[in-house]
Amino acid sequence: MGEEGSAELIASLQARAREIRPEIIRMIYAAGGGHPGGSLSVTDLVTALLFHEMRGDPADYRRPDRDRLVLSKGHAAPALYAALAVRGVLPREELLTLRKLGSRLQGHVDRNKLPFVEASTGCLGQGIGMAVGMALDARLAHRANRVYALLGDGECQAGLTWEALMAGGHYRLSNLLVILDRNGLETDGATEAIMGIEPIADKFRAFRYHTLEIDGHDFGQILAAFAEARRFTDGPSAIVARTVKGKGVSFMEGQHSWHGKAPSKAEAEKALAELGVPGEVPPR
Amino acid sequence: MSAPPKSESLRDAYGQTLVELGEADPNLVVLDADLSGSTRTVLFGQKFPDRFFNVGVMEPTMMTIASGLALGGRTVFASTFAVFAAGQAYNAVRQSVCYNHANVKIVATHGGLLVGGDGGTHQIVEDIGLMRGLPGMTVIVPADAPTTRAATRAVAAREGPAYVRLTRENLPVVTDGAFEVGKAAELRSGSDLTIVAVGALLARGLEVAEDLAKVGLSVRVLDFASVKPFDEPALLRAARETGAILVLEEHSVLTGVGALVASATSENYPVPVRRVGVPDVFGESGDPWALLDRYGMSKERVRNEAWELLRLRGKVQ
Repeated sequence: MGEEGSAELIASLQARAREIRPEIIRMIYAAGGGHPGGSLSVTDLVTALLFHEMRGDPADYRRPDRDRLVLSKGHAAPALYAALAVRGVLPREELLTLRKLGSRLQGHVDRNKLPFVEASTGCLGQGIGMAVGMALDARLAHRANRVYALLGDGECQAGLTWEALMAGGHYRLSNLLVILDRNGLETDGATEAIMGIEPIADKFRAFRYHTLEIDGHDFGQILAAFAEARRFTDGPSAIVARTVKGKGVSFMEGQHSWHGKAPSKAEAEKALAELGVPGEVPPR
Repeated sequence: MSAPPKSESLRDAYGQTLVELGEADPNLVVLDADLSGSTRTVLFGQKFPDRFFNVGVMEPTMMTIASGLALGGRTVFASTFAVFAAGQAYNAVRQSVCYNHANVKIVATHGGLLVGGDGGTHQIVEDIGLMRGLPGMTVIVPADAPTTRAATRAVAAREGPAYVRLTRENLPVVTDGAFEVGKAAELRSGSDLTIVAVGALLARGLEVAEDLAKVGLSVRVLDFASVKPFDEPALLRAARETGAILVLEEHSVLTGVGALVASATSENYPVPVRRVGVPDVFGESGDPWALLDRYGMSKERVRNEAWELLRLRGKVQ
């Protein structure tokens, strides 16, 4: 992998991620529920996708040739919402409606409520198949767009995930990039203690994916992997992005207990201070 | 014990109609899960290999892939046996197809006990209940080949998810194929009793109505192929005008069309309703038509239930 991102680009993406992470904390605190751990672990990947890699303005969600992101781990919704807000597509104040009655910001992403969402997901193992269908559709229509599927690692225990991966490999979908948020933890604990998925990169390779392994918080590596996947035209690619659950908030990092709960007021304040934006938390 | 004469294959009717639809619409794609010979999607696959995806034995993922294809603006048909389409793939149908409101038409063959020899594992009698419980789902249960052709065209033309349940066995042609989504077809007029039927038992209902006519009883017969949306005006008119309803379905009486008819009438115009269908049990291997008799759907049972309702109405002693 070559050096793809200039220092300037990487600095700007880091700055975006620094804006996104506090929004995740604020919105989950205001909602009184949600999934901070997995939202913080995918933040840098989502940032790199939305602010650099994906072609097409996310606001222009009807353009047929736009690149598509399927958030198969639909519980990382806050990361996507916050990124869309920082991108200027969603009003920032709307973020505080997460999980509230009547909100477009459902607990798991919903394309019929929020049009920038390509696929409604939530029950795991289904988004990857939808991404395969979208990639097949693009190929049939001779469209050049790419499809990105962001998977969780707990999701790799689901049979459906492997069915869909098998189909993507079988159809040699070079317009499909599967990105695994390999934070190592699921709701109840470590994936390897509950139901081990390793050697995961070898499994992707066995399913005919051009597979890259990177640090999912290093923008240089992320951009290089995206570029390498784009250059590979002989089938689908996969990126195993090693990440830290709860990244950026010391007391959440590496703690499975932060998979699916909101911080208390004191915890939210501490988290925001650590993320470099000390101040009042929103009401809840 | 054997199927009545002049029967036609619903599955062939489906496969042939798919080919016609594929000729008219270059964006239409078809998926199957290693049963294309049985579901007859093979006919489409032979004609349009580039638009046919046989994904193998991965029914839930067939539904998620179908959804992804549909969200690009295509009309997508996905076929397998009913036990896999509605049972194995239920949550993929729920989330990827219905919750996404994807334009996917699930045409499931081999519904009900008439699967025969494969036995209870493969004879799903819960699918109508599962599918009609899904918000936004259209549910159609054709009784013969002409209605299968019309229903296949109708769901293709209608935006949104649909489930069409077909029967493995050839069935007698009893309709003229003038099917419309949301409409019941009155195949026989009558004033003493109404038989509401879907699928394979519609022919049986017509036979019993014919027999009763010979002794001076007037039995209306409604083809209720459009299970969702269903024709509530026609149902309530039947309740008002004939005073009793007998429902026939090759499906569990707990969650099928009988349950639908009973709830719709009791809320709006209560009349006696009786349900002929599969009791709360799984099926077993056997001759398909013998299974219907064994599991409470014999012609004699239909006649007896009709007689009981006519007795309640004071039409017979």
